[in-house]
Amino acid sequence: MSAPASIGVPARKREGVFLQRLKGGDPVAHAIAWLAAASVLLLTVLLVAELWSQSATARHAFGFGFLWSTDWDPNARKFGALPFIYGTLVTSALALLISVPLGVGAAVFLSELARPKVSVVLTFLVELLAAVPSVIFGLLAIFTLVPLVRDVIGPALDKISDVFPFFAGPAYGVGLLTAGIILAVMTFPFVISISREALLAVPREQREAALSLGATKWEATWDAVIPFARLGILGSIFLSLARALGETMAVTMVIGNDPKIASSLLAPGYTIASVIANEFTEATGDLHLSSLILLLLALFLITIVINAGARLLILATTRQGSAK
Amino acid sequence: MKKITTAILALAALAGTSAWAADLNAAGATFPAPIYQKWFQVYKAEHSSVQVNYQSIGSGGGIRQLTSGTVDFGASDAPMTDEQLAAIKGFKVLHFPTVMGAVVPTYNIPGVNAELRFSGSALAAIFLGDIKRWNDARIEKENPGVKLPNAAILVAHRADGSGTTFVWSDYLSKVSPEWKSRVGANTSLNWPVGLGAKGNEGVAGLVKQTPNSIGYVELIYAVQNHMGYGLVQNAGGVYLKADLNGVTAAAAGAAKNMPADFRVSITNAPGKDAYAISTFTWLLIPDTIHDATKRNDIKNFLKWMLTSGQGYCAGLTYAPLPKQVVAKEMKQIDEIH
Repeated sequence: MSAPASIGVPARKREGVFLQRLKGGDPVAHAIAWLAAASVLLLTVLLVAELWSQSATARHAFGFGFLWSTDWDPNARKFGALPFIYGTLVTSALALLISVPLGVGAAVFLSELARPKVSVVLTFLVELLAAVPSVIFGLLAIFTLVPLVRDVIGPALDKISDVFPFFAGPAYGVGLLTAGIILAVMTFPFVISISREALLAVPREQREAALSLGATKWEATWDAVIPFARLGILGSIFLSLARALGETMAVTMVIGNDPKIASSLLAPGYTIASVIANEFTEATGDLHLSSLILLLLALFLITIVINAGARLLILATTRQGSAK
Repeated sequence: MKKITTAILALAALAGTSAWAADLNAAGATFPAPIYQKWFQVYKAEHSSVQVNYQSIGSGGGIRQLTSGTVDFGASDAPMTDEQLAAIKGFKVLHFPTVMGAVVPTYNIPGVNAELRFSGSALAAIFLGDIKRWNDARIEKENPGVKLPNAAILVAHRADGSGTTFVWSDYLSKVSPEWKSRVGANTSLNWPVGLGAKGNEGVAGLVKQTPNSIGYVELIYAVQNHMGYGLVQNAGGVYLKADLNGVTAAAAGAAKNMPADFRVSITNAPGKDAYAISTFTWLLIPDTIHDATKRNDIKNFLKWMLTSGQGYCAGLTYAPLPKQVVAKEMKQIDEIH
């Protein structure tokens, strides 16, 4: 037990030499930074390799058909991913549809229009909101949002379902719409806080130039500031999308967990993350377990495709764009 | 600074010793976890050398860890299948029933306060989606005098893989050929109708919140949360409200035809006082344990669990084993070598 104490002093000395070398030594810093960066790549590769090898049973049994099969029957040993992919995409899209306009609007207000004191307080609240654990949002949704959708929003939407058929059918309270709304609430703070940072980073000259040309405050914001911050705002949207795609707990609590593809947003659904959380611990049989891991791989693929799409979109808009 | 270092070292040493003292590792079912924790805690207090480290990661996880040899024994709410047993190399698995539980139907129909009676076939038809409304003749016939509304039934079921779902679907498979062929029994199912919720608390919450709904929860959960639940018709034709006596009676009814390996379902058990949707939960013990100390510790614990240990059941609302079953299990302990 005396060993750690006796090492203490030399260790500090060694540390001193090391730091000195680091200060003067670009190669050392380079090596360390390289290692840090390589670890990201290594983690991703290990992750994919593990998912690939663990899902072998299911891949051999179903092949690519897994992606568009709608069966999920652990007893009959038939597994398909489509209802889960559908639920994941629909809830995430709904979430962004709600949270992006609201979030960008709030960010514009906080960075451009609000008085500094108001902005500080609101920004603090937004950051607080971003730190709330998802299970708490789930519980809140069960007690407030679910009854609201069942008794008020659902029946109201059902009335206009002749025009919008995706609002048809009985509202159980839980379902795709409820999951989308709770995801919107959860991604909202991300959109605000990153968009706000991006807007704040726009140089003063940009605003002043627009104002000096006779633009109103809103015109300056809309035409000069927002286009300049476009990349940051897009970044906030993709980060939110990533969170929405992978969110598990809150969604499981309100989506109804029914692996069917329903045309109505009021119907129950299921997401990839939810089914894994629900069935992983009690999965019976190798094929069931392996299928759940294959679902993870599918989620990973979806994330990659969406991220790649996002990159392309940014590239395209940057070339055409005026500001940057 | 030195003081802090000493404190950290002391803490680390403490953590270290307590980790080494955990000389038995087990993992598995969540349903009996409260009584297992209690047993292991009391047993450690009485026989200070034996600490069991139990992780309630689910029956499926328990079986997988036992198969890969990372735990000394497992625990499961469903008996292992032949296929799962065949996958284990190096030893045979012995099933030891430990305590019993039951599953009850719970519902929420505005304006109906009576305790409803359900036959197995009616429950199966509701969960298959054949019975769509509460005032269906098949439900009304069993509940004379109760005014049931002409409202659509909403079915709530477990979304997470669960031993509770296994017992429920095992019972429905026995009483309804159509359920058996279309859905079957498992911890996760392809549900014909209904909404899924996570855990007993999720199903209970969904039923409580949604008018005209029906779901199923563990008896323990219903009792501890003072929930109302329905009566279920047993194999003897009697409508019985689940309680611990009814569950023990179901095991006693099944004891006569108990197979030697204890892999038995006691749903729909014979007897007029047996509750129909009852189940054992099992410890899964290897028959060959090379480490002599571990072997003796496990054997002694099993003996204690089957005798003194059963006394802790009622306090935690588990049904104790009937004595016929205890006697048979005592003999099985000798097979561990």
